[in-house]
Amino acid sequence: MGILEVKDVNKRFGGLQALGDVNLSVAEGSVHAIIGPNGAGKSTLLNCLVGKLIPDTGSVMFAGQSVLGRKPHEINQLGISRVFQTPEIFADLTVMENVLIPCFAKRDGAFRLHAFETVANETEIGEQAEAMLADVNMLEKRDMVAASLSRGDKRRLEMAMSMVQQPKLLLLDEPTAGMARADTNNTIDLLRQIHNKRDITMCIIEHDMHVVFSLAQRITVLAQGTPLVEDTPENIKGHPKVREAYLGEAH
Amino acid sequence: MLGLSKKDTTFLLIVIFLTMATPILLQPFPEGSAMATFNAGYPDLMQRFAIFGIFAIGFNILFGLTGYLSFGHAAFLGVGSYSVVWMYKLLDYNVLPGLVLAIITSGIFALAIGYISLRRTGIYFSILTLAFAQMSFNLAYSVLTPLTNGETGLQVYTDDPQILMGENAPNVPHLFGLVMRDSYQLDLGGWLFTFNIGYYFCAVIAILAFYLSLRIFRSPFGMMLRAIKTNQTRLNYTGLNARPYTLAAFVISGMYAGLAGGLLAAMDPLAGAERMQWTASGEVILMTILGGAGTLMGPVLGAGFIKYFENIFSKINDTMLHGWFGWMPDGIEDAILFVSHFFVGKSWHLTLGLMFMLVVIFLPGGLVEGAQRIGRLFRRRGRKAGGPEAEAARQRNPGPAE
Repeated sequence: MGILEVKDVNKRFGGLQALGDVNLSVAEGSVHAIIGPNGAGKSTLLNCLVGKLIPDTGSVMFAGQSVLGRKPHEINQLGISRVFQTPEIFADLTVMENVLIPCFAKRDGAFRLHAFETVANETEIGEQAEAMLADVNMLEKRDMVAASLSRGDKRRLEMAMSMVQQPKLLLLDEPTAGMARADTNNTIDLLRQIHNKRDITMCIIEHDMHVVFSLAQRITVLAQGTPLVEDTPENIKGHPKVREAYLGEAH
Repeated sequence: MLGLSKKDTTFLLIVIFLTMATPILLQPFPEGSAMATFNAGYPDLMQRFAIFGIFAIGFNILFGLTGYLSFGHAAFLGVGSYSVVWMYKLLDYNVLPGLVLAIITSGIFALAIGYISLRRTGIYFSILTLAFAQMSFNLAYSVLTPLTNGETGLQVYTDDPQILMGENAPNVPHLFGLVMRDSYQLDLGGWLFTFNIGYYFCAVIAILAFYLSLRIFRSPFGMMLRAIKTNQTRLNYTGLNARPYTLAAFVISGMYAGLAGGLLAAMDPLAGAERMQWTASGEVILMTILGGAGTLMGPVLGAGFIKYFENIFSKINDTMLHGWFGWMPDGIEDAILFVSHFFVGKSWHLTLGLMFMLVVIFLPGGLVEGAQRIGRLFRRRGRKAGGPEAEAARQRNPGPAE
């Protein structure tokens, strides 16, 4: 049993079958990649996992509990964190505040009227946030307004915000989209380092083969809404079906 | 001190000092001089500064922090006023029970209106709150006449029960015998200073209200509210439920408005439905934006600014203008008088409108940003102006002053 179990998930948008009988199992502690050509249903699948979409049929179980019908904040409280394709951060707040908020969410739950406490006095949470910023090499930027960060820094900040919560599962939606090769390599190093240090299960949706083969231990190939194969990177590379559906077009 | 950082404590102390010294600071010109019209240190106006300051501070907790623009806060102002007058009618002229009731009723009102309105965001939220406020306004004039006394306005009559009224109790609003309208006047040379009990009562409450808002700004709760303003999607995917946070902010700011409305009735034992009209809601939005939304002092400055214009510029009449410009040749004097008519007296709204336009165009951060820019201008040569807020303002508005 994996930490995330997707069983027979179907999703239709009008006449389009976006997902057809998707089965997926993500093992605890692993890095699992979902790849596939454009329009394969990768993002639809991800949206079904975080509560943005509800599948027509099938079940999504996370750590023994169904996530279907739960709101995004409830799913996060279960332990699933998400990183978006275009960074979603609190642009008007400082870098430090951006990381503090997930820490408070983790400690205090979805709502708490802590109107008479002071952020500056919460030393334990402050230290957590600082340690996380140090891990992503952004400690010296802690007082900068997040909107003024570079694109790459915004992405690193968003990852820091997700990872500081110590999620049981981290979902990454194309974490290197639109990055130059050097930035991509930095991101790969960062993810690998965080994965080893904090032992976070990751599920990566990615377009870039380089990223996938550098990080993933298991790969699921999605084509036209159905999983084609699931295997280790070595076997995927040479798989004839995958070449036909995906690599053949891309290379 | 009081759970505040050293910087905030100093800030609070300065605010306390300014509030306490207002009767002196607003009276810079000697009595009888040509400039005496610009003195604002009389009780009625000073009370309004404090009361509308409270109203704006509360509104800023909702609008400044979460970005939800409520167009119906005047409804809570009206509810507060009615509550206080009802306590006069039923108990006695002591203002305390009324103010407590004003906060409670406006809180319940805000909970109901906020619960429904906060299902929508942006312009739809604004329209829903506007609709509720106009509904309250119209109800107060029609169906709810037994509660509000309709167009006459709610006031105390001699046949009201007033069950706690003692033999020698004052027949006007008071706090345990301290009559609100009583004043002590100090005549120093040409200067006349008025220290009014009502003003100091409002001032103490305003300082408490300011202190509470300072604590909210520095709290995790305040940080969450600011996060809602900047990115609600991220907030949801961070495991936080935005709805109860916005609802709490809405109720808190509604209670501030109720308290302000209650104080209006505590200074003058009358409550009318016109207090609930949408223009009153619009006024508090103007105050907050003019002073600087999302800043601590901004709303108070904006409130003071607007009330000053409303009360001082509208008083200027032909006789005064003639007094100032009478020494000029007739033709020029007539021309100046003609132009002035557009800006003073009944036309003071035009002056206010122009000021508002200038501030919004050149100082999007409000009067507070203006003050910060001036401050930076002085510090520029010394050390580099610091603080994330100043840094943020600079990045947003790279003005010619830099």
